[in-house]
Amino acid sequence: MKIAVCVKSVPDTEAKINIAPDQVGIDRANVRFVTSPYDEFAIEEALRLKEKLGGETTVFSLGGDEVTEVLRDTLARGVDSAVHIKDAEFDDADPLTTAKVLAAAIKDGGFDLVFCGQQGVGGDHNQVPSMLAELLDMPQSTLVVKLEVADGKFKAEREIEGAHELVEGSLPAVISAQKGLNEPRYPSIKGVMAARRKEISVKDAAALGLSGQLSPDKRKVKRIQLTMPPARPQGKMIDGEPEVQAKTLAKLLREEAKII
Amino acid sequence: MAQGILVFIEQRNGQIRKASLEALSEARRFCSKSGEPLVALLVGENIKDLSTSISRYKPDKVLVVDSAAFAKYSTEGYADALTAAVKNVDPRYVLAANTSMSKDLIPRVAARLDAPCVADVAELRESNGAWQAVHPMYSGKAWGIYEFNSPLAFLTLRPNVFPAAEPDEAHQALVEELAVTPAKVRASVVEVHAAAGAKIELSEARIIVSGGRGIKGPENWPVLQELCDALGAALGASRAVVDAGWIDHQYQVGQTGKTVSPQLYIAVGISGAIQHLAGMSSSKVIVAINSNPEAPIFKSATYGIVGDCFQILPKFTEECRKMLSEN
Repeated sequence: MKIAVCVKSVPDTEAKINIAPDQVGIDRANVRFVTSPYDEFAIEEALRLKEKLGGETTVFSLGGDEVTEVLRDTLARGVDSAVHIKDAEFDDADPLTTAKVLAAAIKDGGFDLVFCGQQGVGGDHNQVPSMLAELLDMPQSTLVVKLEVADGKFKAEREIEGAHELVEGSLPAVISAQKGLNEPRYPSIKGVMAARRKEISVKDAAALGLSGQLSPDKRKVKRIQLTMPPARPQGKMIDGEPEVQAKTLAKLLREEAKII
Repeated sequence: MAQGILVFIEQRNGQIRKASLEALSEARRFCSKSGEPLVALLVGENIKDLSTSISRYKPDKVLVVDSAAFAKYSTEGYADALTAAVKNVDPRYVLAANTSMSKDLIPRVAARLDAPCVADVAELRESNGAWQAVHPMYSGKAWGIYEFNSPLAFLTLRPNVFPAAEPDEAHQALVEELAVTPAKVRASVVEVHAAAGAKIELSEARIIVSGGRGIKGPENWPVLQELCDALGAALGASRAVVDAGWIDHQYQVGQTGKTVSPQLYIAVGISGAIQHLAGMSSSKVIVAINSNPEAPIFKSATYGIVGDCFQILPKFTEECRKMLSEN
C-alpha cells in the first residue's frame, strides 16, 4: 500500500494574530509554526494503515522554509519520506493553486490513498482535499472520523450535521481527517534521531512541470485585505445574589437584547 | 457572457436546509439590484414538490435534478449534477450554504470547472457590481477580504449570518427538470445514522448553551440540558471538556471544533481560551457565567455574571420558563 499525506505548516492555534504592514498577510514575527492540528490525524491514520497492511508513506508539503520543521516532525513520527514543494511562484497560494501543485507532485506516485487534514487551521478554507481528489481523478470522503481499508475498498464514517454518514468507495481515494479519527502519537526519541538522517526531497515549479503556470498574476481569487474582526461593544456585568443575577439576566435578554 | 447566480439548495430526506434558503435570499437581493437571473438547483429523488417552497424565496427558476441515482448523496454524482447545472445556467456565481455536504461537494466542482472558491463567507460586500467575499481566518481572529478575477466563482455562506427573506407565497418560479446521469460514482453514502443525543444542530442553532471545565464533571450536563430544553437551544462544549472525554467532539465549539454565530451564546464555566473565543465571537449576544472574575470570556461578553453556575443556572432556567409561558 502506497500512502501520501499532505500537511501544512500553520501558526500555532494559541498564537495571537497581528496584521502585517501590507494589510494582506499576518505578521509572522514571534509566531510559532506547527503542523496543522487536523493533519496530525491524517499522519496518524497513514501510519496505522502502513503498520497494518505494510507499504510506504510519503509526506508532501507546500511552503517556505517554515515547512522543514513540520516535515522533520512528520518523519520523526514514522513516515518514510518527505517532499517539500518550494517555489516563490507558489507564494500565497489559494486553495485551487495548492491543490494543483499537490496534484502535480502526487499524480504519478502510484498512491492508493491520499490523506489530508480536513482543513488547514488558519486559512480555514476547507477546500484542498476535495479539489485534490478531483484533480487526481479519485473518489473521496471528507471530515472522516472512522476509516476501514481492505481489499481495494474503503469504508469511512463522516461527520455531518447531527448525524454520521457511512461512505463506501474504491481505492485509490482521497480521505480528509476530522478530529476524532484517532489519537495522534508523539514522535519518539528514536524517531527524531532517524528523521535527522532521512532526506527531504525539495521540488520547485520546474521539477513539477508547472513553471509560470500558477504564479500570483494568474490566480483567479486574491486576498486584497486582512483586517481585525469588528470589535464587540463593551459588555455589562450583572451583580447581586444568584437569584437577582438570574432574574436580571432573563429580563435583559428579553427587554434589551429581545432574544427570549 | 456569464451572468446571474445559481444557488445549490441542500436537502436530505426531503428536508431543505435553512442555511440554503439564507443563501438563496442573499442571492435574490444581489440579483434584484443587478437585474440578473437567479436559479435554484435542487438535487435528489422524489423532490419535485420541494420546488414550491423554494419558489417562495423568489428565484426566477428552479432546476430540478430528480432521479434514483441521487437518492443518497455521493460526491461524484452530485458533482455531475451541479456541473451540468452550471453549464446549463452559465452563472457568474454559484452559492451554497457552508455545510458538511457543501464542504465535500463545492470545491470538487470548482476544481472541475477551474474556478475559484471562497468558503465560509461571513459577509458579502459589493464593489463595482461584483462581490467581495469576507472570509474569517485563523478561526475568526482575522477577516480576509477576497476579490475574484474569473467569469465564474463559487461561494459558500456561513449559516445563521445572512438573513432569510420572508417567504412570498404568491411567487411562482419556473420549474424545469434537468436530466443528469452520473458518469462514474466510485464512493457513495450507504447509511446515515443520527448522532446520539444531538437534538439541534450547533451551526444552525438560534441559541447555544455551552459548558466548560467550570461545570465540574460530565454528571452535570443535565443542568445545562434543562436550560437548553427551556430555550430550545443546542448544547455546546469547550475543547477542554471534549479532550477530557466529558462529551463527544461533535459538540465542540471553537478552533478544531465548530464555528457558530447564534443569536445568543451562553458560556457556562468556560474561561474563554483564544481557541474557544475564535469559534463563537461572532455570536450576536454572548452571556458568560464564570466563578473567576478574571476569566478572559468576560471581555467578549455582552452580559457577564461572576458566580457559581450551579446556583445561577437553575434559577435562570426557571425564570426563562416563566417568561416564555407568559406569552
